[in-house]
Amino acid sequence: MNNIGRNIFMGAVLAVLLAPLVVLGGVSLNEPKQLLFPPEGFSLKWYVELITLPDWLNAVKNSLIIAITSAFLSVSIAFPLAYFLWRYRVFYARILFGLGLAPFMLPPVITALGFLIFWVDVGQLLNLQLYGSIIATIVSHAIFFVTLPLVTISLGLESIEAQVIEAASTMGGDDRTIFRTVVLPLVRPYLISGYAFAFVLSLNEYIVAYMVAGFTVETLPIKIFNSLRYGYTPVMASVAVVFVLVAILVFGLIARFGDLPKLMGAWSNKET
Amino acid sequence: MAGLRLEEIGKIYGSLAAVQDVTLDFPQGKFVCLLGPSGCGKTTLLRLIAGLETPTTGRVLLDGKDLTEWPAHKREFGMVFQSLALFPHLTVGENVAYALRIRGADRPTQRKRAQELLELVRLPGVIDRHISQLSGGQRQRVAIARALALNPKLFLLDEPLSALDAKLREAMQVELRLLQQRLGISTIVVTHDQREAMTMADIVVIMDHGRVQQVASPLDTYRSPANAFVADFIGTSNLIAAILQSPTSASVQGRAIRIERLPQGVSTGAQVTLSVRPEEVHIRPAGEAGENRISGEITFIRDLGASIEVTARCADAEILAVMTPRERPSARIGDPVMVELPAPACVVLKQ
Amino acid sequence: MNGAPPKGLQQHSAVIYPAVMLLIFFVAPFGIMLAVSFYHRVESAFYEPAFELANYARFLTAFFGKALGFSIWIAALASAISVAVAFPFTYFMTRLGRPAQVRWLVLILAVLSLSEVIIGFAWSSLLSRTAGVSNILVWLGLMAQPEAWTPAFSALLIGLVYLGFPYTVLVLYPALSRLDPELAQASRMLGASPFKTFFLVIVPVLRNAIMSAFIMVFVFDLGAYILPQVLGKPEHWTLSVHITDQAVFQSNIPFAAALAIFLMLVSLALVSLTMLLGQQRRTP
Repeated sequence: MNNIGRNIFMGAVLAVLLAPLVVLGGVSLNEPKQLLFPPEGFSLKWYVELITLPDWLNAVKNSLIIAITSAFLSVSIAFPLAYFLWRYRVFYARILFGLGLAPFMLPPVITALGFLIFWVDVGQLLNLQLYGSIIATIVSHAIFFVTLPLVTISLGLESIEAQVIEAASTMGGDDRTIFRTVVLPLVRPYLISGYAFAFVLSLNEYIVAYMVAGFTVETLPIKIFNSLRYGYTPVMASVAVVFVLVAILVFGLIARFGDLPKLMGAWSNKET
Repeated sequence: MAGLRLEEIGKIYGSLAAVQDVTLDFPQGKFVCLLGPSGCGKTTLLRLIAGLETPTTGRVLLDGKDLTEWPAHKREFGMVFQSLALFPHLTVGENVAYALRIRGADRPTQRKRAQELLELVRLPGVIDRHISQLSGGQRQRVAIARALALNPKLFLLDEPLSALDAKLREAMQVELRLLQQRLGISTIVVTHDQREAMTMADIVVIMDHGRVQQVASPLDTYRSPANAFVADFIGTSNLIAAILQSPTSASVQGRAIRIERLPQGVSTGAQVTLSVRPEEVHIRPAGEAGENRISGEITFIRDLGASIEVTARCADAEILAVMTPRERPSARIGDPVMVELPAPACVVLKQ
Repeated sequence: MNGAPPKGLQQHSAVIYPAVMLLIFFVAPFGIMLAVSFYHRVESAFYEPAFELANYARFLTAFFGKALGFSIWIAALASAISVAVAFPFTYFMTRLGRPAQVRWLVLILAVLSLSEVIIGFAWSSLLSRTAGVSNILVWLGLMAQPEAWTPAFSALLIGLVYLGFPYTVLVLYPALSRLDPELAQASRMLGASPFKTFFLVIVPVLRNAIMSAFIMVFVFDLGAYILPQVLGKPEHWTLSVHITDQAVFQSNIPFAAALAIFLMLVSLALVSLTMLLGQQRRTP
């Protein structure tokens, strides 16, 4: 395929990828409270509403709390597991690793239903209102997205040369010291990108949040879907635009400070 | 006793014996090279000494103290790795001072020591650079400085110069040898490059298939190889089948060849191998009579300018002779010749 | 890094917390869901313990049989289109310079992370009468009046392809970016056109990667639950939508669980097939 054909093809893909984003951007700037594109008038009031209308602001708050804490919890589960597997390579660590990958491989609705049943039953068992609580959403998201930090951190650990660790041990470092002075600094960028991936996906996640606590803890995607069904407002579009910007910012930062192609599975710079 | 001692060391991975029955003494202050082809067990042996592996059998002793069960981080040996294994997240100075830092030395002490060590390896002025900003040769020096930070009792190097280009490697060999002599530190280097071993070592340990084949000074391994493997591995050698006829004579292709030295435990009538270095072999005109000659035919002549290599086929043996241009025979490929194996050059090896 | 197995509680300490978390919050929910799929539904409460196969027998009804058939059909179609577009796209992308690749990856990741809700909303706007593409066509004079193109099968298909496309690219990316460029060059040297090279060399070499990408995206598309509701008509509801509907609106959790278990088995079988293909690739 020659260059012109290639450029037309790539341009067409780019256009289709961007089209919905452009429409969302346009709609979010509409003056009237109607779904119109090209936009009529120009107004930022729908962005203002997002952070001033109590129900939207509440959804923003819920989404942020869930994303921040669940991503943290994900990393806290993924890091020791990835480290243990890397350090010892025993079969039960592999099985746990496979379990950690599973939520991302299966259709999410299955995991979501599993969580729903789990929180209902455990709540009854312990006589606690777990189903419908923000705790349930946080823990569910943490497990659901544990795959992402697990993969990035494992990749980071694998990229540490075995001889570097051995060198540290010949210089007198025991396991703990090596972990603190060599492993942790080298794996830190991968920890951060694992957190970032989990954070962005948690922010956007719908079905698990909905099944576990959809009627009591409204996140932004749930709120958008509800507005989609029960009455349109351009605020939805402004949320979408903010989400796109957050995602581009986060992934852009990962690309700026890390090796994004390598994180996505290409050979690293040095090897090619 | 002073120095490192290995006693009946063996290391088995699954069904593979990487190191078998190695007993060795490394005298204090000497430069020892572990030499052998890849897969001969030399790196495993070094890692056993470093404590990065535990032996399946045997003991590791330093100054009479049993270290076998000690992990690497308690042995306080300095080690330079094949990949150098510099910490990519630390500066040059931080790399060199790492051992001090994890022992709780304060920053000025760390920096002062790093500076001293970098001067020792003749690499001043890079203390604050990042590893990625250094050339291959500079990294090499950083790795050496880092391994010496604690004044270790034992300095271990695993193929340390393999990443350098040929010229730089030769220069570093000399420098490493001089550094070792200046510090008087017991040093063990793993290498597959016999030239490197010849340049640096006081003692060469030649290994093959996990076993020690010979322990000797570099020159002795060349002049008196212990067996056919060593004769072939160190330099080039013609290995010729012979039958011992008397303590001073062997028969090669039906002709009597006088010999001067015999290894122990070989009796008359035994199958032996004669090892003759190519530079000792002479090509004589066909029909010219003389001692220790067998007849053959020239199959190839390689003129390298500084020397000439002549290959002659004598019955089922290919014999290589190396000579100076002045000794060049007038014969050409296909011509019959006499190949002379001078008696002092014939080393008899047991089969 | 180290072959030695861990000894004692101290060396195991790192793995205890993640193991407990995964067992309690991932394995246990699936175990309970499996049990519940055999339970008896009770009106007004959720369910009561029992062992009955009625929930499973119920998919054999024409209604759920049709829903299952439709789910598989549209997921297969959407993932085939995704792969057909994403494969050449990813190939071209991996041949670009590193900075350009990074920019594409950022965009692809941003689209991938977009909530299905947002994608559904965006495409329903794009295909709507008031804010959609048809307005542009009217403006260009190609159409007399703007039209609504959603809800419709084609709208749902477009949405699913858009949803699955970035995922497909990322699944294909490792294999394609590691492809030796000399392979294509060798083919060119032998006189094949770029077009022929692509179809006779690149595609066959990566046949397994393409197959596994197809299956991964198929499973991914099977999981779509918002797009069928937003872009499709009721008859376009997929199994995922029915599971949600049964669980949340019909309050028939045992039946939803049985549907979910069934969907999981289908997905697991397909994912294992992918892994098998992946192993074959490593040992050709």
